Amino acid sequence: MTNAWISGTAIAALVGVVGFFVVMRGAAFAAHAIPNGAFAGAAGANLIGVNPLFGLVAFAMAAAFGIGATSRRTKSDVATALALVMMLALGAAFLATSTEYEPAVNALLFGEILGVSSSEILPVLVLALLCGLGLAVLYRPLLYSSISPELSNARGVNVVAIDILFLVVVALTSALAVPVVGALLTFSLTIGPPAAARLISDRPGRALALSVLLSLFTLWAAIASSYVSTLPIGFFVGTLSAVVYLAARGWDVRRTRRIQRQVA
Amino acid sequence: MHWIFEPGLFSNGSVRTALVLGAMVSIVSAAVGVFTVMRGQSFAGHALTDVATAGGAGASLAGVSPLLGFIGGGIIGAGAMDAIGVQRVKGRDIATGVVLGAATGLTALFLYLVTLHSAATGSTQQILFGSVFTVEPSTVPDAAVLSVLVVAGLLVIRRPLLLSSISVELAAARGVRLRAVGVAFMAMLAVAVGLSAIVIGAILSTALLIGPPASTLKVANRFAWAMSLASVLGVLATWLGIVMAYDSYYWFPSHRGLPVSFFVVSLVVVEFAVASYVGQRRKARIIVAGHDPTKTPEQVGWV
Repeated sequence: MTNAWISGTAIAALVGVVGFFVVMRGAAFAAHAIPNGAFAGAAGANLIGVNPLFGLVAFAMAAAFGIGATSRRTKSDVATALALVMMLALGAAFLATSTEYEPAVNALLFGEILGVSSSEILPVLVLALLCGLGLAVLYRPLLYSSISPELSNARGVNVVAIDILFLVVVALTSALAVPVVGALLTFSLTIGPPAAARLISDRPGRALALSVLLSLFTLWAAIASSYVSTLPIGFFVGTLSAVVYLAARGWDVRRTRRIQRQVA
Repeated sequence: MHWIFEPGLFSNGSVRTALVLGAMVSIVSAAVGVFTVMRGQSFAGHALTDVATAGGAGASLAGVSPLLGFIGGGIIGAGAMDAIGVQRVKGRDIATGVVLGAATGLTALFLYLVTLHSAATGSTQQILFGSVFTVEPSTVPDAAVLSVLVVAGLLVIRRPLLLSSISVELAAARGVRLRAVGVAFMAMLAVAVGLSAIVIGAILSTALLIGPPASTLKVANRFAWAMSLASVLGVLATWLGIVMAYDSYYWFPSHRGLPVSFFVVSLVVVEFAVASYVGQRRKARIIVAGHDPTKTPEQVGWV
């Protein structure tokens, strides 16, 4: 349980930051595809008997570079869809050839709060820290190119490089989050709380902080609910993320009405 | 021919059902997919598959017909995306993402409860990944009716849909009711995707929806030609994939066949790579010849 709290907190904070940029850049589809690539990697690593973290990182990276490279010549949503199905098909092939025990597969797909052992905590924390540092370094160009790619290009920001670097950070984050939150639900956490934060505040700094807080809240509440109810954590992550977003949405609608009334 | 078609391939009932259903779903996916790719709604198309899967898992928990669950799930998902704001291009992927995220959460719960209440193993992967070899033959008539309905619906709104897919401004200027067309298309997308998710599984549903149409749009410059080529590419990948998956049972001494989805997706990706290459070559040739490759849709004859 303590392991889950420590790694969960690190992951939620990181996902809060990454998700903020995912929402700003409109990269939701890529953020959905990359964790699924990571899932295929874990299945493959299991098959050949290496540490799953290697598989997770390698395949998430492959998905990120695949999307980045293909996007230059094709619509990026098509590139993402093709990368996604290729990864999932590889995962299905790996699963078919291995004798994987079904609950282990379910844990990778839907998360497992007890999925982190004590020996894995350190690599998780180190990788999370690395991602956080990378994002801190990239913060300005990333934010700038998210708001206006043309303008930042004119100012000498290498938009293509920033794009690929960002996908790499998404890939690393996914590799960390998948064993705990699950391949399918990592995405829910990446979109719900950050999109809610964006609705509540227009200021980047404040929205970013709020995004981290909301995603911490979501994951903590999900871990606690899952522990108490013994229902899968994925269910709570998915529904709570949606609830957080809908609440922010309701708040936003009410605020808009109030402002409209004041103006009128 | 023995080395291509392993013994018993065509006398096997489930293989025959798979070939028929696979072709049907490929054609419907191709028809809907051409518009999906043109409209840039690949993410919605994929997300609806997962939402439909949540519906399917819920149906198997509640004991209703899975087909109803898949289609119902897809329609509810499309409605939710529309309510949150799938129409605005800017907020589109957020709306899609929130619905997808919530639906996956529900899938997690349903599948957990399903595995809790039934002793059968493999139901998770069955529902998530699907397998064309395990489709009930009784699904065929229902699936056929739905396929025909979707294709007929597409044909009815073909012109306004095509126009609004090529240029929203042009369509608006010509008096197309964009919102109505958009909603109608999302509904057809939901049915098509729900249908393919139950018949061939969620992975292949997206692969066939996006792959063949995207390949086609690299090379085709006429609408009817694009539609037919996409269908042919889809059916080709599906049939070859099914044959290879059946054969793969004999490839390894362990007699563990590889899944159909693996072969079909690989074939779809190869098709896309070839089409991209051909398209690139052709564009280069046209530019060398001094023609303008950037024609408007009307000049090309699409509208």
